[in-house]
Amino acid sequence: MTQQYADGKFGEYGGQYVPEALMPAIEELTDAYERYVLENEDGFMDEFRDRLRDFGGRPTPTQHAERLSERYGREVYLKREDLLHGGAHKLNNALGQVLLAKYMGKERIVAETGAGQHGTATAMAAAHLDMPCEIYMGERDINRQRPNVFRMRLNGSAVNPVTTGRGTLKEAISETMRDWATNVEDTHYVIGSVVGPHPFPAMVRDFQAVISEEARRQLREKTGGLPDSVLACAGGGSNTMGAFAHFVDDAEPRSADEASGGEPRDDESVDLYAVEAGGSTLEVDEEAGVAPNSASLSTGEEGVLHGARTKLLQDSDGQIMESHSVSAGLDYAGVGPELARLVDDGRVHAVNVDDDGALEAFHRLSQLEGIIPALETAHAFGYLEEHHEDLGEVVLVNVSGRGDKDLETVIEETEKRDIEAAPSMAEFSGGI
Amino acid sequence: MGDGSSVDDGSGSDPVRNPDLEAAFADGPAFVPYLAAGDPDYESSLEYVEALERGGADVIELGLPFSEPIAEGPTIQGAVVRALEGGMTPDRFFEFVEDLDVDVPLVCMTYYNLIYQYGSEQGPRPFVERAAEVGLSGFVVPDLPAEEADPLREACDEFGLDLVFIVAPTTRGDRLERIMSQVSGYVYVQARLGVTGAQEDVSGQTEESLDRLADYDVPKAVGFGIKTGEHAERIVAGGADGIIVGSALVDIVAEGAEAGESAETVAGRLEEKARELKQGALRGYEQRVPQAEGK
Repeated sequence: MTQQYADGKFGEYGGQYVPEALMPAIEELTDAYERYVLENEDGFMDEFRDRLRDFGGRPTPTQHAERLSERYGREVYLKREDLLHGGAHKLNNALGQVLLAKYMGKERIVAETGAGQHGTATAMAAAHLDMPCEIYMGERDINRQRPNVFRMRLNGSAVNPVTTGRGTLKEAISETMRDWATNVEDTHYVIGSVVGPHPFPAMVRDFQAVISEEARRQLREKTGGLPDSVLACAGGGSNTMGAFAHFVDDAEPRSADEASGGEPRDDESVDLYAVEAGGSTLEVDEEAGVAPNSASLSTGEEGVLHGARTKLLQDSDGQIMESHSVSAGLDYAGVGPELARLVDDGRVHAVNVDDDGALEAFHRLSQLEGIIPALETAHAFGYLEEHHEDLGEVVLVNVSGRGDKDLETVIEETEKRDIEAAPSMAEFSGGI
Repeated sequence: MGDGSSVDDGSGSDPVRNPDLEAAFADGPAFVPYLAAGDPDYESSLEYVEALERGGADVIELGLPFSEPIAEGPTIQGAVVRALEGGMTPDRFFEFVEDLDVDVPLVCMTYYNLIYQYGSEQGPRPFVERAAEVGLSGFVVPDLPAEEADPLREACDEFGLDLVFIVAPTTRGDRLERIMSQVSGYVYVQARLGVTGAQEDVSGQTEESLDRLADYDVPKAVGFGIKTGEHAERIVAGGADGIIVGSALVDIVAEGAEAGESAETVAGRLEEKARELKQGALRGYEQRVPQAEGK
């Protein structure tokens, strides 16, 4: 993969906007990232890949989705990150960072989580590598993701409820930064997405890039070529960047080549779609400070939050807005700075699907393919349903995680809607 | 301390110094209280800030509330929420500064996104220009390390405002040099790791931090965790040129708001607390002066 941005900035995006107490830790981490991840010092990346294989279950398959292909009249392939240990792509990054923390001699792990998948993955990685771990999670998210809270505690991590603000991921990140600032000398903060100060966006992308590295190889084996389009849901953007990383250089259109007399390579160009949470609407209630969506790539403005300059949901004064999505994992007012840059460059299409479309896709995929997707992932399938005609002959969708964690939310939200063929639980009492 | 000379770090141009902040540190230890502007409401907050001056403030740090104050502990987070709910915005903040009847220099403490977004163009210049118009003397921006501060530094130089940087217990070596070559007004010495919040005792990390800064000729104001006159005394006796106190004062505002007390009552308590802290600082300074003379 091309190391496009060596200085830790993605054009005007990125950077290191953190309290001074954290800067030495950021410098130490940058040094460790360059030595261990980029240069494989002490065989770090070899050990990481070994553990991803044996503990994580990699490689995950790239599966041909027969009934979706039939439905849409094109070949649909699924990168099955839901089959990774823990049920989501999050383990790639969590395992990488916890292992890196061990190489750095750190003694304690802290992390934040929204949907609970990153917290679960971090708790598993910490247990696997014998590191004490504390997870911060918004109170509201704890209530809508109880199974994951239990899983974290099963793995021996402490789960600290965050009650400030709306009690979601934004507040959990702020609270974890406060813990890190207090305990920075022996603690590593495992940021859960391609957000935060450099080197996190680049480092998390590199840990997640295994998704597209495998998918590219697997698709070539199955089809002899590359996909025309790659779809991935985007909250902070870690599965998105992981799914895109090894396709970013397969740019389209190849007009420059064609103009210079080179061979057209349309068959090898890959369109990249970051599917955001459109929530209930893209309209914003600025007075209330609420964006009823999490579509920061589609509708956000440049600003500085949680250590990086990026696209944010914010009001005209620069106050960060409360975001919304039916999916806790996408419910964040910012997005990774590299994605912001790729969207500005026209390389990545920022699109969105609303709560209704995601819920319908959740049921559809479950019934057509026997795969219960995470609500986050369901957004990508919602986009496929609406726009498949524009996506070319071969479409790759990153199934970022499985939906077991979302069942309580889905039951509740489904009852509010008229979704064709959705099963009803009304005749049962006592929940699931 | 505070003889007005510049830091000579051999890096070329010195930061611009605001004469107001220099003067505040010129005669003995400076007491630098913090309150969030507009906490819990605009009118009460004006009274509270003015009470701090009556209590002996030499410089006042005024917080412009940001929705994600990642460097703050629960006390100041609470103040931020109250002020935002009370309608505080950057424009209201500048009106607030204009409405204040105080003579001591005012420093704006806020997060970079608000500075960056202000005005019709992105970037810090419109905010700094407006700050200069209303008579602010400088800035503290907790999420803006020296590496990212060039645009704000340039705007501050253009309009003659100071840019105060925080030095943490973890700041050493090249980072310390980089910060100290850019700082102006005073350096904010973070007494301990973590976030803001009043403590039962002062941190042992303070002395070590002051030792590391001893060779830099810029006023050193210590903050984070100072709660009592006795704390102030020990910090100043230990070599600080000033003390910065936020959470212990914000606690008084919060208690008053919760109990529904009149603004006058709360202002009286703030004035009393300010006096206790200032007197503590003066006692600490008296302990230090004979030592200095004996050298």
